[in-house]
Amino acid sequence: MAASGGRTVGSFLWKCGNCCFNFNTVSSNLTRQVLSRQLCVSAVLHRKNLAAAGPEKFSEEFIKKQVEEFNIGKRHLANMMGEDPETFTQGDINRSIAYLFPSGLFDKKAKPLMKHPDEVFPKQRAVQWGADGRPFHFLFYTGKQSYYSLMHVSTGSLVGSRWLLKEELEELLVETISEHDYARFIQLMERLLSLPYCSVEEDFVQRYRRQLEIQSSKQQVQPLQYDQHGVAYSTGDGRRKTATGTVLLRDSGSGSISINGTNYVHYFPVLQDREQLMFPLHFMGVLGRFDMQCSVSGGGHSSQAGALRLAISRAMLSFLSEGQVETMRQAGLLTPDPRIKERKKPGQEGARRKFTWKKR
Amino acid sequence: MAAGVLTKGLCGFRQPRIVAAGYSCSGPLYATATAVKTLPLQTDSTAVTDKIQNLPLETPDFFHLSELFSLKDLFDARVHLGHKKGCRHRLMEPYLFGSRLGQDIIDLDQTMAHLQSALNFTAHIAYRGGIILFVSRRRQFGHVVESTAGDCGEYAHTRYWQGGLLTNAPIQYGSGVRLPDLIVFLSTLNNVFQQHVGVRDAAKMNIPTVGVVDSNCNPSLVTYPVPGNDDTPAAMELYCRLFKMTINRAKDKRRQMELLQGLSPPGLTQGSS
Repeated sequence: MAASGGRTVGSFLWKCGNCCFNFNTVSSNLTRQVLSRQLCVSAVLHRKNLAAAGPEKFSEEFIKKQVEEFNIGKRHLANMMGEDPETFTQGDINRSIAYLFPSGLFDKKAKPLMKHPDEVFPKQRAVQWGADGRPFHFLFYTGKQSYYSLMHVSTGSLVGSRWLLKEELEELLVETISEHDYARFIQLMERLLSLPYCSVEEDFVQRYRRQLEIQSSKQQVQPLQYDQHGVAYSTGDGRRKTATGTVLLRDSGSGSISINGTNYVHYFPVLQDREQLMFPLHFMGVLGRFDMQCSVSGGGHSSQAGALRLAISRAMLSFLSEGQVETMRQAGLLTPDPRIKERKKPGQEGARRKFTWKKR
Repeated sequence: MAAGVLTKGLCGFRQPRIVAAGYSCSGPLYATATAVKTLPLQTDSTAVTDKIQNLPLETPDFFHLSELFSLKDLFDARVHLGHKKGCRHRLMEPYLFGSRLGQDIIDLDQTMAHLQSALNFTAHIAYRGGIILFVSRRRQFGHVVESTAGDCGEYAHTRYWQGGLLTNAPIQYGSGVRLPDLIVFLSTLNNVFQQHVGVRDAAKMNIPTVGVVDSNCNPSLVTYPVPGNDDTPAAMELYCRLFKMTINRAKDKRRQMELLQGLSPPGLTQGSS
C-alpha cells in the first residue's frame, strides 16, 4: 500500500454503489465534506512549481513492478472470490476488498485500498530533456513551455490583414447577406481565433481575410503636361488654416505672378507674403524661370500666402529631380502646416486666456 | 458527486497532452515517473573526436561567415540608427560614429568587426552541440525570435523572466538540468528600459553572452557586444536571419565532418575513420 496523506492527488475513493452498510451512507456525507476539505489543503495543488516537484521518489522500474504486482494480485482476488479474472473490474475489486477486510473506520484513507498504481502514486512530470541534456521543447527555458507554446500562435499574417467586408463576402458566397448575418459571421470568426489550436484551421481563416495595403507616404509626383505651344506646365494645390489655393506653373516664363487676375504686388502689399511666394523658387534657384497663375480663397492674407507657397512647391515637383525633391522635403516646403485655430473653452475667455483673477 | 469529479480530474492528468502542431515533443509531458538515462561519459575520447572538435579552431573564419553580410546590408537594414543623444549610455560612446540632428549614429565598421566575432563564436558553439538561448523582451519581435529559434533547433525565451531561471535552475526545472551554453540577446533591455536580468545572471553563471546593444544599453556585462539598432523590424529580421544561417551552417558542417570521419551519431558504436 502506497503513500497516503495530503500529497496524493487521488484520494482513496469508495464507489458506494452497492453499499449496504448503513453507517457507510451516514458517514459518506461526512466523508464527502472531508474529501472536499482535503482537496483544498492538498499540498500538490498549493505547490507553485508543478514541474520540479522535488526529487523523483518513484523510479520507472519501481512503478512497473507495482503495476505487475497489482495485475497479478487482481487475478488472485478474482480467483478467491470465485469470479472470472478476465472481466474483473475496479468496482468488483472494491467490493471484494470491502467484503474480505471489513473496516469500521470512518476515515476513507485509513480503509484498506487496492487500486492501480497510477492512481495511487502522485503524478510526476517526465524529464524534459534527452540523454545529452538538450531539452525537447524549444520553449523549455521559459519554465512554462506548454502554456507559452499555446501563446505562440503561428497565424502571424493576422497582423497586416482585415476581415472581408460585407460586399466581398456576398461576392464570395453569391448570396445576399443582411447586416445582422454579417455581424454574426465576424463574431464567429473572432471566437474561432480566440480558441487554442486555431492555428490548425489557419487556411480556413485566411480565406476570409484580405491583406491591407501599406500606405506609402511618398510624394506622388505628377508627370509634366504640355500645352499646344509645347510649353511645359503643371498644377498644384495647397491649404493653410482655412485658405485654399491652386497654382498653374508654366515653364520658360519671366517670373510673372498673377493671383485671382491681379498682380501679386497689388494682391499682397505686405513684403512677408510676397517672400513666402518667392521662397520655393528662390530655394531651388529658379526665380525667373516660371510664370504663375494662382487662384486663392478663404482665410486671411498670411494663410493665403502659406497656401500658395505649398501649392507652388507641389507644382514644382514635376520639374525637379529626385535629389531636389528630397532637399525640398527636408527644407519643410512639402509639409502642410497642420496648425488651426484652437477652440475656445468654457470657463475661459479664449482658447488659453483665463478670466481675470480677482483676489476677493 | 465529488468522487466523479475527482476521477475525471485524474483522467485528465493521465493523458499526455498534445503540444501545438509544428513543434515536436518526443518526450511524454506527463507520466508517473521517468528516470533520466544519462550517457556514460566517454573517458576514452578518440583522436577522431578530438580532431573534429579542434579542426575549426585552426582557421580564423572556418565557417566563412564574412560572406553572409556586408556593410551595405547593415546600412539598408538601418542598423546604424541609435536613439536620441539624451538617451545615450556613457559606455556606448566608443561605439558611436557621431550624432546627427540629435540622433546617435552607430559606427558600422566597428559593428562589422563585432558581428563577425559574435557570429563566429555562435557558430563554434553550435558546431560543438551547445545549447543556444535567444532572449528578447520586445513584444514586437517575440514571434520572430521564437520562430528563428524553432527553425534552427535552438531555444528561445521572449516571455516574462522568472527570477531564478538560471541561478536557481535545479529548483525551477528539476535536478540535472543542463543550462544554456550561450545566450543571444536580441535586445538587452526589458520592457521598462532597464537591463535585462538575464545579462547579469548569465555573467553570474559563467555563461557567455552575445548581445545587440543599442545606444541606450550597457555593454559592459555582455561578452560579445554587437553595437546596433534593436528597434527597427528590418534590423531585427536581419539579425535573426544571420543567426539562423550561422547556426544551420555550423550544424551542417558538424554532420558533414562526422560523416566524413566515419563517425556514426552518438549512442551507437563508433566506426573506424
